[in-house]
Amino acid sequence: MRLQYNPNVRIVEMPCTGTIDHRVLLTAFEDGADGVFVAGCLEGDCHFLKGNFRAKKRVNMVKKILDEIGFGSERLEMYNLSAAMGPRFAEITNEMTGRIRELGPSPLNKGKEGDAA
Amino acid sequence: MIIAMQKPINDVAAMVKDYQKVLLLGCAGCVTVCLSGGEKETEVMAAALRIKRRLEENPMTTVTYTATRQCDPEYIEALDNLVKEADAIISLACGVGVQYVAERYKDKWVVPALNTNFIGGSTLHGIWEERCGLCGDCVLHMTGGICPIIRCAKSILNGPCGGSQYGNCELGKDIPCAWQLIYDRMKGLGKLDLMKKFIPVKDWSMARDGGPRKARREDVIIG
Amino acid sequence: MKTNSKLQKRLDAGQFAVTAEIGPPKHASGEGMKHHADMLVNHVDACNITDNQTAIVRISSIAGGVHIMSRGMEPIVQMTCRDRNRLAMQADLLGAYSLGMNNVLCLSGDHQKFGNHPTARNVHDVDSMHLIYLVRRMRDEKLFFSGEEIKRDEPRFFVGAVANPFADPFEYRVDRLEKKVEAGAEFIQTQCIFDMERWERFMEMVVARGIHERTHILAGVTPLKGWRAAKYLQTSVSGMIVPEEMVQRLKAAEDPKREGIEIAIEQINYIKNMKGVNGVHIMAIAWEEVVPEIVERCGLYPRPPLPE
Repeated sequence: MRLQYNPNVRIVEMPCTGTIDHRVLLTAFEDGADGVFVAGCLEGDCHFLKGNFRAKKRVNMVKKILDEIGFGSERLEMYNLSAAMGPRFAEITNEMTGRIRELGPSPLNKGKEGDAA
Repeated sequence: MIIAMQKPINDVAAMVKDYQKVLLLGCAGCVTVCLSGGEKETEVMAAALRIKRRLEENPMTTVTYTATRQCDPEYIEALDNLVKEADAIISLACGVGVQYVAERYKDKWVVPALNTNFIGGSTLHGIWEERCGLCGDCVLHMTGGICPIIRCAKSILNGPCGGSQYGNCELGKDIPCAWQLIYDRMKGLGKLDLMKKFIPVKDWSMARDGGPRKARREDVIIG
Repeated sequence: MKTNSKLQKRLDAGQFAVTAEIGPPKHASGEGMKHHADMLVNHVDACNITDNQTAIVRISSIAGGVHIMSRGMEPIVQMTCRDRNRLAMQADLLGAYSLGMNNVLCLSGDHQKFGNHPTARNVHDVDSMHLIYLVRRMRDEKLFFSGEEIKRDEPRFFVGAVANPFADPFEYRVDRLEKKVEAGAEFIQTQCIFDMERWERFMEMVVARGIHERTHILAGVTPLKGWRAAKYLQTSVSGMIVPEEMVQRLKAAEDPKREGIEIAIEQINYIKNMKGVNGVHIMAIAWEEVVPEIVERCGLYPRPPLPE
C-alpha cells in the first residue's frame, strides 16, 4: 500500500500478542521507549483463540503498575486490528505518536538528547 | 498450598527506600503456583521498583533469583553468595520463606513482598479459595469432605446457623454455606443420619491456640 | 430438673408464656433498660437481654439482667458464641447465676462483619449446640465444660435455644431443632414469623415428631414500623423471610405503625391456638412501648398467677 507511518515507530514482531508478557513491556520503558503500543488481532479473530485477550489483560495490569509507581499509564496502549488493515495501522501509529509528543519524552529520558522529529 | 498475594508495590518500595543494592528472592514453590512470587513476578517487581526509584532520582540496582523453595535450610544456604552483595533482601515467598531468609541472614534487612493469606487451592485459573482451617485435628470424615472450621465463618461443628439462606452464608451471596454443602453432600451419600450426630467440642490446643506447633518423623531424624 | 426460673414454672404447668426482648444501650447507663422493664413488667413473663446484637457493642446481657431484675423483671440472659471462649462463658454463667438469673438462651451470634467492630477476632470456641449441652450439664451433672466437678453451688439455668424455620435447608431445620432438644434445650424461641405457610409446615413436622412435648416452643413475632422496616428485614437479614404482601400491605396503610401493630396481633392470635406452640416471644427492639397493647389485645393480659 505504501502508506506512510511515523519513522519514530520501531516495530517488534511477535507471532501473537499473547506471547507478550509484562516484563517485555516494562523493559521497553526501562530501556528508553517514550511510548509502547501493542497491536493485536481483532477480538474474536485470534488465530490462537485467546492470545489477544491475554495481551489486553496484561497490558491493563502493566498500566496499573505504571500508574502505581508514578510513571503513568498513558504511554502504554493496546489496539486491535487485522493484518489487512493498513490504513488503520497508519492511523494508530500517528495517534500514538501524537499522544507521546504531547506527553513529551519519557520521565526516564529526561536530560537525554532525543529525536523529536 | 499456601496462597499469598503481593502487597501494593509502593508498600514494598517504602520498605527498601534506604537501600541501594536489593536482592529479590522468588520462590518456586506455592507462590509460583498462585502466581504471586515466582520467577516472572519477581522480575516484574524488580523492574517496577527500578523504574520507580529512577523516577525518584534515587536509583537502585536489583538482582533477582528464584529459589527452589524458601522453607528448607538447604535451599537458603545456597543463597550465601548472592546475599553477600546485597544491602537488603525482598523475599517473595510466603511468611515461612521470609522468616527462613531473615533467620539465616541476621545482619541483612529482609522484608516481605507478599501477604500470606490462607491454605487453599485454585478453582478457576487465576482464582484461589481457602479450604483448610489448619485445626490440627481433621474432621473431614465427619462432614462429607467439607471443612466446617474454615468454610463455615463461625467454625460451627453442628450447623448450619440461622443465617444460612438459599445456600449462602449470611456473610454474602458469594460465600456458600458450608453446612448447606455438607448437608447436600451427605444427602447424596445417603448418610443424612450422620447429620443428627452431635459433634463434640473441639480441642483447639491442636490448632494455633495451643502455641506454635511442631511435627516430627522420628524414623528419619538421624542427626 | 427444676430451676428457680419462673418462666420454667409457667411453661411446665402448660400455661401460655409471653416473653419480650430488651436491647441494651450503646452507652454505660442502665436507666433506659430499667424504664423498658417498668413498661413490660406486668405484661411479659420474662425478658431477653440481647448480647451485642448484630455484633454492635452494647451493655452486656448479664449487666442488663441486673438492671431489669431491679425492676422486678425476670431476665433471660442471651449468650452468643461469637465473643467469648469457654472460660469467659463459664465465668459469666457462674456470675449470672450468682446474681440471681435463671434463664440462658444459647445462640451462635451474628458475624462481627455486620457490626461496628468488623476487624475484631472471631471466637467461636464452642458452637451453640455445645453451649446448650454444656450449660445443661453444669446443672444436671455439676460439671465444668472441662469435665471437672463443680464442688458446690452449681449454676442451675433453664436452658433455651433458637430455631429458625426460615433459614435453609428447610428439611434439616426440624432435625437441627431435635438435635438441640436432645442436647438439652428446654425452651425454644424462634426467629420472627412472617411466612405463615412455612411456619405451619415446620410446626406440622415438629408435632409429628413429638418435639413439642420434649421442649417448650415460643413463636417469635416482631411488629413492623412500616414498609421500610419490612423491606430491610426481607432483603438484608440472612435467614429471614418476609413475603412481599406484607411489605405492600404496610406500604398501602394510612397509618403504617398502627398497621404493623395490627398485623402482629393478628399473627399472635392465629399462632397461639396452633398445636405445639407454648408461648410467644415478642421482639420489638426500639419499639418496646407497643408490647403492652399487643399483649392486651391478644387476650394475654393480665398474666395469670404463677402455679404453685
